[in-house]
Amino acid sequence: MNRTPTSAALFPTPVRPDGPRRRHAHHGGRRGGGLVAGVVGVFGELLVTVGVLLGLFVVWQLWWTDVEGARAQDQIVADMGWEEPEDDGSEVAVTSEHRDAPPVPGAPAAGETFAQLYVPRWGDDYLKPIAEGTDKATVLDTIGIGHYEGTGMPGELGNFATAAHRTTYGKPYNKVHELEEQDALVVRTEDTWYVYKVTESEIVLPENIEVISPVPGIKPGEPLPELTERYITLTTCHPMFSAAERYIVYGELDYWAPVSEGTPKELLEEG
Amino acid sequence: MYAALWNFLPGPPWARALLCVGLGIILLAVCFEYVFPWLSDYMPFNDTTVGQ
Repeated sequence: MNRTPTSAALFPTPVRPDGPRRRHAHHGGRRGGGLVAGVVGVFGELLVTVGVLLGLFVVWQLWWTDVEGARAQDQIVADMGWEEPEDDGSEVAVTSEHRDAPPVPGAPAAGETFAQLYVPRWGDDYLKPIAEGTDKATVLDTIGIGHYEGTGMPGELGNFATAAHRTTYGKPYNKVHELEEQDALVVRTEDTWYVYKVTESEIVLPENIEVISPVPGIKPGEPLPELTERYITLTTCHPMFSAAERYIVYGELDYWAPVSEGTPKELLEEG
Repeated sequence: MYAALWNFLPGPPWARALLCVGLGIILLAVCFEYVFPWLSDYMPFNDTTVGQ
């Protein structure tokens, strides 16, 4: 039979007498067999559809959020438009190492992108934006690294505490387990470099909020000692693709330098 | 279900197949843009923060 796309063809074609459904009915050998087979068939198709959709969700979560996230985060860094010290055509200069009290940036608004993170251990091209707050929809899933509200700012006495995804959404903290003691964690604000050095890492439960305390390890309610150190904390999920625990990396400020002086030596060493 | 969809679609088999592919792409786009992001909020494996 030669079909042509006519308006009549827009309406459902009745099941032909020799169609499979009818044959099943005969096969069943009793009245209603066709109905049962039809219901079972539709149920089976629904199950297959749900299975395919769940598979697609996994593809979206593990792969697509990452593709989109990495692209968006690169764009955010580009949009910040911060000048590199070498942008004026001068030679690459190495900053001196200031160990006095660093300038501390003012508190940013929630969701505001106020800093960038360089981690040489994660590659020469590793550069991610840091924004205020740890809300998933507005910061962690979109911008990348979030700064726990109420914890210290870069360079401040206390703890500059951050969180980021370890898998999916651009996965800023994907290689957190590769960090070793004395590895540099370089935070940059528009005008200042803050060079932190990794001191230790540990795996804790999600409720162990003392990891982001101004002095890591001091539980809420315990008296705080006088603040003398400038800490940084990275928190992310552990194990990968799970949220049962948290991977924590601590660091301490080694030195700071104005961006106008050049680039910290940690970012110039060949990896 | 899919047999009914196939019967509902107009045109020769190749046109129906093409329409099915098109519908599939639309479904995929809606899922990726709206359904999955909404669903992921309820998934337990995306938490990276301590506390809360």
